[in-house]
Amino acid sequence: MEFVTEHAVLVVSLVKIVILLFLTLTTLAYLTWFERKVVAHIQSRWGPYYVGAHGLLQPLADGVKFLFKEDVTPPGADRLLYILAPFLALSLALTTIALIPFGPATITILGQPTQLIVANLNIGLMFVFAITSIGVYGVALAGWSSNSKYPLLGGLRSSAQMISYEVALTLSVVGVVLLAGTLNFNEMIADQSGYFRYLPFIPRWHVFPQCIGFLCYFTSAVAETNRVPFDLPEAETELVAGFHTEYSSFKFAMFFMAEYANMLTVSFLATILFLGGWLSPFPESWTFLQYLPAVALLGLGVYLAYDAAVVARGIARIQLIVITFGVLILGALCLLPAVMPVIQGPFWFLLKVGGLIFFYVWTRGTLPRFRYDQLMSFGWKLLLPVSLANLVGTALWIVFPMLVKHG
Amino acid sequence: MSLPFILFFVFAFVSIAGALLLILAREPIHSALALILVMMSLAVLYLMLGAEFIAAVQIIVYAGAIMVLFVFVIMLLNAGSEERTDFSKIAKYAGLPLGIFLLLELAHWMAHSLIGTTPANGAGSANVMVSTRELSLQLFQKYLFPFEATSILILIAILGALVLAKRDE
Repeated sequence: MEFVTEHAVLVVSLVKIVILLFLTLTTLAYLTWFERKVVAHIQSRWGPYYVGAHGLLQPLADGVKFLFKEDVTPPGADRLLYILAPFLALSLALTTIALIPFGPATITILGQPTQLIVANLNIGLMFVFAITSIGVYGVALAGWSSNSKYPLLGGLRSSAQMISYEVALTLSVVGVVLLAGTLNFNEMIADQSGYFRYLPFIPRWHVFPQCIGFLCYFTSAVAETNRVPFDLPEAETELVAGFHTEYSSFKFAMFFMAEYANMLTVSFLATILFLGGWLSPFPESWTFLQYLPAVALLGLGVYLAYDAAVVARGIARIQLIVITFGVLILGALCLLPAVMPVIQGPFWFLLKVGGLIFFYVWTRGTLPRFRYDQLMSFGWKLLLPVSLANLVGTALWIVFPMLVKHG
Repeated sequence: MSLPFILFFVFAFVSIAGALLLILAREPIHSALALILVMMSLAVLYLMLGAEFIAAVQIIVYAGAIMVLFVFVIMLLNAGSEERTDFSKIAKYAGLPLGIFLLLELAHWMAHSLIGTTPANGAGSANVMVSTRELSLQLFQKYLFPFEATSILILIAILGALVLAKRDE
């Protein structure tokens, strides 16, 4: 106990890390469910349906299956790097989430007031880019150490792609940094509060002045995370499964989770940089909006109750009843005066992130894949010049009034 | 023993171990990875000195960009493991004493210089984190000419690489 009081900051950080890690890993598991469901409905299928009500236990079943599969190491593989690669990919993907602020509220853990962020760095944005730039190694090493043709080609392809699009990704964000004048995430979000002077109904989110930057950012983010239509590294018709062809069992699952964690990270970043982070799009005078999280959860609970009573049969009905109670209790918790102000920030933040993730899945269900030369020329010949022009334009936009004022 | 103190020794040890591994490893890709390890632990040391921007740039530029190209080329060429010749006689009889002499000299001058006595920017000193704003103001006002000169130098190098690469066509 003495240790706890002495190193309170450290202990509180550890507690926050454990909570965040648990929530993130659960979210990652259910993102696979979400993606399968949405893509299935786009293609007029049902998606996961049999394991649990609406297939809700499917991620759990997948996890157990991955754990019990045989873990094959191909002969001639560089054993150390072969094992290191998935760990590198997943741990780096999860590290960035520590830098994401989820809300402005201050909560108390173990008597210590603390913010809804694990590490509030002055250079948050730079640090995220530093970690994602290291993330290339997970993919490259996986491809190289497998000692096999397809993984090597896939690893080369994806590292080339990630390096190319990282340039456009970084440049497209600099415009926002110029506007906000800071690299700290909290200050960046604070900079986006309020409304435009001449259009008082549009929030001052950076996505409006920086719409070109946002388009460049999101396009290169999709490419950076190796997703459709830029999923060349895993083009199954050409490369079997790309860099993780030889991986089986839980190591494969780690790459899978890393991909989803990267998706989450770039959506978090897009929300913080361009979409106002945890800020609500509505004016602060609309105080009734603070009931929105509770209303949304209670509405979901009512829908689930209807589903359990009318549609579901057998064991699925019991599962749905349990879930309904869980959702209703969560909704009721959001009405508590102690919880209500804390939940506002995370609610809007996660709503925006969820929208971006849906967009991700939507593109996967809709778009065909690029050809490799198209991919490279698109990155270098279109995205890079456009984001550079956006950067120069933004700089001029900021400097010109100063020049006029000071002569 | 405070936490920064312990962390300093951990990462100092990691960077030296990485440097040794870089020389001793037989596979080129292991050497490259050891070099990344050295750069990362140097970045942590910068961070502990209060230079967070430099630390991030160290990781982005060196560990992230330059070393990715190294690893990329090693993967493309699929370079085999190094061949070892026996240590040359000169290295054995002259190199070792000279190396130890260099180490002792460095230790001597460090012990008698300001480095050992003045508190660094990091934990425990009054001088906290140097903000990115101050750094860029220095860079673009006081050191503008060297900065631009370096940029032009790098541009010339890029053009030179382009000319060399295009020669075959």
